[in-house]
Amino acid sequence: MIANYGYKDGSGDYFIAIDTDRCDGCGACVPMCPSSVFMVMDEDPNDPMREEPVAVVADDQRKKIKYACAQCKPGGDRPPLPCVAACPVDAITHSW
Amino acid sequence: MYTAGIDVGAKTVKIVVTQDGKIVDRQIVSAGQDAQAAIEQAWQSLDTPIADIGLIVATGSGRKSTKRANGYVTEVAAASKGAIKTDPEIRTVVDVGAEEGRAIRIDQNGKVVDFAINEKCAAGAGAFTEAMARALEVDLPTLAAMSLKSTGNVAMNAQCAVFAESELVTLVHSNTPKEDMAKAIHDAISDRIVSMVRRVGMAEKVMLIGGVALNDGFVASLANDLETSVIVPQDPQLVSAYGAAILGEEGNYAESLSETME
Amino acid sequence: MAEEYWRWTESRWTNPDIDWKKGDIITGGVDVGSVSSQAVVFVDGELYCYGNTRTGSNSPDSAHKAMGLAMEDTGMSLTDLQYTVGTGYGRVNVPFGTRAITEIACHARGANFMYGPTVKTVLDMGGQDCKAIHCDPRGKVTNFLMNDKCAAGTGRGMEVFADLLQVPITQIGELSLQVEKEPPPVSSTCVVFAKSEASSLLREGWPKEKVIAAYCSAMAHRVVTLLERIGVEEDFAITGGIAKNVGVVGRIEKELGITALKPKIDTQIAGAVGAALFGDALVKKERKKG
Repeated sequence: MIANYGYKDGSGDYFIAIDTDRCDGCGACVPMCPSSVFMVMDEDPNDPMREEPVAVVADDQRKKIKYACAQCKPGGDRPPLPCVAACPVDAITHSW
Repeated sequence: MYTAGIDVGAKTVKIVVTQDGKIVDRQIVSAGQDAQAAIEQAWQSLDTPIADIGLIVATGSGRKSTKRANGYVTEVAAASKGAIKTDPEIRTVVDVGAEEGRAIRIDQNGKVVDFAINEKCAAGAGAFTEAMARALEVDLPTLAAMSLKSTGNVAMNAQCAVFAESELVTLVHSNTPKEDMAKAIHDAISDRIVSMVRRVGMAEKVMLIGGVALNDGFVASLANDLETSVIVPQDPQLVSAYGAAILGEEGNYAESLSETME
Repeated sequence: MAEEYWRWTESRWTNPDIDWKKGDIITGGVDVGSVSSQAVVFVDGELYCYGNTRTGSNSPDSAHKAMGLAMEDTGMSLTDLQYTVGTGYGRVNVPFGTRAITEIACHARGANFMYGPTVKTVLDMGGQDCKAIHCDPRGKVTNFLMNDKCAAGTGRGMEVFADLLQVPITQIGELSLQVEKEPPPVSSTCVVFAKSEASSLLREGWPKEKVIAAYCSAMAHRVVTLLERIGVEEDFAITGGIAKNVGVVGRIEKELGITALKPKIDTQIAGAVGAALFGDALVKKERKKG
């Protein structure tokens, strides 16, 4: 399942997609984010029948993701995103 | 001969008349329903006769409505120039108007190093606090004063002006003190503005301009979030018009409107 | 507000062909949204009854109210439910719920029941959110996207316009179709700015139906771009309150070039239906173990 967390408002589309088929809940992404956007849950809230833990975007970050991600996305040259680089199975993608 | 900068915003039209870098005249008029009429009214209300104004430079989201402009500059350029001329130590300009918010980092010459704009979403601009004040049935100065009296710590979850209104209704139902709600409102919008500032990188000193700078509650929340003091100049709404006039004096403007469209 | 243009009618329904007392597995589903709340009861995998009400200021009360309405005149009470699943914005606040499951999973399951196993793409336009969901033939989610940050494309956005134009929300869709020529959409996505834009248009002399058509058009376009982020595969179905707005639905279908499946059941109960079905599956699972 591709879980897209984030939002679209008048100023644009901001979504972080987690591929839960790839994600095994290892949690490598969690400490890498300076805004603590990610967390690992034992039960996937969107897939009640899943047995493995899974990474999700924290509920209190979901609606401010543009602002939470701002520090890793400066206007000029952008280094690789820490969360994307940390994931060993390439489960994370950003839409902007 | 005078130079004039005109800033046609979503809510107000601002004109600043300068001569050799100094402000000699100014005017703010409500844009109302008819931008053209408001602009004319602003010109007519000046003490300076229009005939004495040699050069007019326009900025603001409605700059295309000005018939008299000789040149145009972007809001980012106007705000940066206005800020650095007002205080040469400013390196970060935060401009929050009725419908847009901007964060700009500048160098010692006032040149733009990086900028971020929050547009097309009411939650990142003055429209947010206005809608909230309406929902609580108070005027903006009262809302600001209430927020400064808050001793509690309520946070808004909603990131949208429309949803925030519904959230306020729920908070009212649970008897949340008005002061705490007022502070939550200012903290919420400040949060969004601050992450824009973090995107461009904050450098001291920080100046806040635009209509929302008149809101003491917002200024307090912003200073708190940024963990630094925020400089609010006299007449914060006029700074961009001032900047446009100075850019006019310097010859730093575009003659065609299309060159300034971002 | 003197007159309440946003107010739609609360409703309920009982399936006349089912005698719940003869049922084996009886489960409840409650979907407490920020604008409306629905409760349904399933008996042996069939929809028995449902209730649809406006959410009050208190989520637990809303859950009770919705289920009370659903069970009205059926002789059923909360103790007759073997398992109840709560969902929606207030899902953690269903006091008589056995567990909570997210709205995404419930909507997919619900749409699968209401429209059949051929549904691959579900668009749910709720009171304060908009969801795009891909599901498999069993109603399991394979891709989803939810927007609950911004009022554009949500019921609240439409309510703001109903109030502005002073037209009851149940009539807005029809009204928007009464234009001879489709006007350009309002240029602002943001409801706050679109509302100011609409006010100027009214002042310029635009008739109500033209203004509402312009807004429905903008809303439809906005929703389509959200859908296109995950792609639209047929069959396509729409759930939620705005599914009842022919002005928005028609324009979405036109822009996608796809016709949505026609609903036979109240589109607002999809979440609660999915919740009750999860309850049914979980009861069966527990019985197998025990």
